[in-house]
Parts: sequence; structure tokens; C-alpha cells
Amino acid sequence: MNAAYTAVPQEQKNPAYAIPLEDIDVSDPELYRSNTMWGYFERLRREDPVHYCAKSLFGPYWSVTKYKDIMQVETLPGIYSSDSRRGGVTILDSNTAVQLPMFIQMDPPQHDEHRKAVSPIVAPENLARMEGIIRRRTGEALDSLPVGREFNWVDKVSINLTTQMLATLFDFPWEDRSKLTYWSDATVALPGEGLVDSEEHRMQIMGECAAYMTRLWNERVNAEPRSDLISMMAHDARTRNMTPEEFLGNVLLLIVGGNDTTRSSMTGGVLALNENPEQYAKLCANPALVASMIPEIVRWQTPLSHMRRTATEDTVLGGKNIRKGDKVVMWYVSGNRDEEAIENPNNFIIDRARPRQHLSFGFGIHRCVGNRLAEMQIRILWEEVLKRWPKPGQIKVIGAPERVASPFIKGYESMQVRIDA
Amino acid sequence: MIKVTFIEHNGTVRSVEVADGTSLMEAAVGNLIPGIDGDCGGCCACATCHLFIEPEWLDKLVPAEDMEKSLLELAECVGPGSRLGCQIKLSQSLDGIVARTPLGQH
Ligand code: HEM
Ligand code: FES
Repeated sequence: MNAAYTAVPQEQKNPAYAIPLEDIDVSDPELYRSNTMWGYFERLRREDPVHYCAKSLFGPYWSVTKYKDIMQVETLPGIYSSDSRRGGVTILDSNTAVQLPMFIQMDPPQHDEHRKAVSPIVAPENLARMEGIIRRRTGEALDSLPVGREFNWVDKVSINLTTQMLATLFDFPWEDRSKLTYWSDATVALPGEGLVDSEEHRMQIMGECAAYMTRLWNERVNAEPRSDLISMMAHDARTRNMTPEEFLGNVLLLIVGGNDTTRSSMTGGVLALNENPEQYAKLCANPALVASMIPEIVRWQTPLSHMRRTATEDTVLGGKNIRKGDKVVMWYVSGNRDEEAIENPNNFIIDRARPRQHLSFGFGIHRCVGNRLAEMQIRILWEEVLKRWPKPGQIKVIGAPERVASPFIKGYESMQVRIDA
Repeated sequence: MIKVTFIEHNGTVRSVEVADGTSLMEAAVGNLIPGIDGDCGGCCACATCHLFIEPEWLDKLVPAEDMEKSLLELAECVGPGSRLGCQIKLSQSLDGIVARTPLGQH
């Protein structure tokens, strides 16, 4: 008897099916480091789509795993609150840095006022104005890559470009631009894991950021209006009179929102194409497919595995009784692989008919305000890459990437590649 | 069939014919009218189908519900004719409707 011929259903071989349903805890950071969360989500979608986990690193919480249930939570902001005072928007209850007024963790009407002030900055007209300079700087970064030698794509491309782009958006002093990435990382770091020692330490770093940004504000409020984010906030009637806390909150939200997320999409795209050589070939044969590939990369990567809400009243979701105060986690990473909402969801397909129908940017009133900006950045990267290296497989991933151990930020610590001449 | 006319941001005028029951968003996306995206597929959850209905057609429409109102509240350049295209189902009474589309959505 050859073992390979005994038909064992896929699900029974997967460790996700070997434990009692009630023991499933999809918040375990190790699952994300080892990229082994998929089976658990698949089982939850089939057997217990709205799932209660009583004990975890982050306390008790509900998991929402189907596309349509996530959509329901997203579109009922009155019942499912984002307010930082109730716990905020991640499975980890909010830390001091994020107690700053950021509209991502406010409910209406406050949320709407703040969002309306910031949103014009990333409107289509402004993006068009920024495109040229982002393209030039992207090209320069690519031209400096060590072709023919192995290097870390995360550092040399993804982090480098996202940092440059943040500096471009804020018209931030070029030589100091690595501070932006540092402030962003310090905002989201877990205390004691290297970057920040304690909440006091975090507040000290935020203080430095506030002082620096305030200096830029003061310079620009007295100068002619320009198209960078700080000048726009300093001159817009809706943002001109922000309190210092509101200013810092908005600045940090824009830095953090566009940092890890765009970074992991820039890495994820290379990985997805390497894992799917027929898609890589399709792209090289028809570079116009970049347009539909970009949203597909964002879906396939799902740079934020979840967003969290807190129930403001007793309610029912997917047949389960949710109680007031319960933590409700919308697993985008699962909804984006829901076969009832997306055809062949586990496949990376660069020419899907409705590529933007994915959950990676959220939906409803909190839907990512920077989503077109993010797409533009990733599109420019791929357009410039294909101009330089137009052959299928020319950028080769070497070995397995090292992944971030986090149930929130779904990204890569490092990924070795080689570009063949 | 119902006739719909879109006037684009740059002034281009295009008329299309669609079946009864189609939404204004679907009419635009299905005919590759630029400026309308419809990311959420018509679930009233993204506002990337924001367009401007010409004044003479406004009171023929079913009024916006709460979710549409909250999303419009956050959309760019909203004006008196602003609606979400996915929430407008076309029927005989709307035959000939005219809508202006924005430069883009975000
Ligand atoms: C691929 C890249 C990105 C992904 C996957 C992403 C994802 C998200 C998600 C999931 C949300 C929350 C949705 C919700 O709570 O329902 C969000 C909100 C937000 N994002 Fe992004 N984002 C990205 C890029 C950016 C960029 C480049 C910016 C900078 C302009 C940005 C700024 C924001 C802001 C300000 C919010 C808060 C919106 C609100 O609460 O109304 N994001 N993003
Ligand atoms: S298509 Fe998303 S709100 Fe209309």
C-alpha cells in the first residue's frame, strides 16, 4: 500500500482540524510568523463563521471570518464602535500613543469632522500632482539596486521607497527622512520588544515627533500654500485651528497608515509573482495588467490581518449573541479568502474582473482614506520595475521570506532576492 | 431598456442603454465610464460610485437612506445633486436620466 494513494481528505491532515473547535485561537502571533493560520480560518468559515475564543493573549474575543459578516460589521458603526476609549481598532487594547485623537478610532460625528479635513489631501487631483516626483524617486532607488547580487528586498526597496514616499508627501527634510519610519514603528511597537521600553519611552519619542512636525507647521503656515500634507493642513480652514494633540494625532495616523501596509504590499507582490510564475509571464506579456494586478496584490497580501470593533449594545451576528462591550475582530485575511464572495480566492490572479472587491482597505465610514494613494505608489513601483526588468522571473525570490509575528500587521521582516541582468 | 446619459468631468457626453433594474453604478462600470469605480460592488459601503444627478431628475429618485447619507457626508466635493450610483435602481420612470461623473474616487 502506497500512503500517497490512501485518500485522506485535505482537512484531516491539517492540524487546524485536529483540535476541538472551541480551542481555536487565531490571534496567536506564531501562526502569522509561520504562515499557518490559513487552515484555522478555513475551518472557522465552514464550521463556526462567528467564533468565540474565551482565552487568548489579548483576552476573550469574537472572530468574524466571512466576507458578508465582516461587511455587516463595517456598515453598522453605531453598534460596532471604533472608539479608543472602548478599546480601539486592534485586538490589543489601545496604547498611550494611540490615545492621541486619531479619527480611525473615533465614532461619528467626531470621526467625520476629522476625516473630512484630511481627506482632500489624498484626492485624485493631488495624487496626480505628486505622481511625477514619486516616479522619479522610485526610478532612482531602483537604479541603485545591486543587479546580479543577492539582497534584502524589504530593506532596499520596500522600506526605502515607503520612507521616501512619506518624506515626499510631507515634504519632509530629505536627510532626516528615516525619522518618519522610526516614529511610525515606535507608534505601533509592543513595549519591551526592542524599539520602545515602556509607554513613557513611547511618549518621549512621540514628543520628539511633535516638536519636529510643529516646527515644519510653523514654517509653512506663514509661507505660500503648497501641495504637501503639512502645508495643506496649515492652510485649510478645517484643519488650521487644530489643537497640538489633534495635529500630532493626524500626522501619526497618516505616517502609520501608509507605512507598514504599503511596505508589505511592495514585498508581497514580488513573492506572489514568484509563487505564481504563470502570472508573472502573463504580466510581462501584457504590462497593462499592472492596473488590475495592484488591487489583487493588496487583496492577496492583506497588509492588515484584521480591524477590531467593540459592541455598544447586545446584538446578533451570524446567529451568535454578541454582548455589549464584547471585542469583535473582523479578520480581513479570512474574508479575502472566502469562496462565497471571491472566485478562486486562494489563487493570485492578476486579471480578475472585479479586483477591488476585497476587504484589505476595510469598508464603510472608516474605509482607508489613503487607498488610492497606496495603489498609486505600488503601481508606480511595478511600472518602473517592468521598464527595467521586463522578463518573467527576472526578480527571483531566494529562500523563504521571514514573516512578522503579529496578528495585526501581516508583513515581512526580510526577503532575499536576486535580479538577473 | 433605459437610456442613461453620463457627462464626464472633462465634458465628454456618453449615452448608454441598460436593462430595467440595473443600478446607475452598474450602468457606468459596465460601460467603462471613467470616474466611477464601485469598489464594494453596490453594498453601499465605499462611496466610490459618487456622482451628481442633474437637478431635474433629483425628485424622481427614492431618497437616500442613512448609510448612503453618512458615506456622502465623507465624500469629496459633495453638492446638491450628490448620490451614490449603486443606490439608484433604474426603472422606466428614470428613462433619460442625466448624471455627471467626477474626475475620480478615493
Ligand atoms: C496597501 C496599503 C494600505 C492598506 C492595506 C490600508 C488599510 C487600512 C484599513 C484596513 C483601514 C481601516 C478600515 C476600517 O477600520 O474599517 C485604514 C484606514 C486608514 N488608512 Fe489605510 N491602508 C493602506 C494605506 C494607507 C495610506 C498610504 C495612508 C496615508 C494617507 C492611509 C491612511 C489611512 C487613514 C488616515 C485611515 C483612517 C480612515 C478612517 O478611520 O476614516 N492608509 N487603512
Ligand atoms: S459601489 Fe460602493 S457605495 Fe456604491
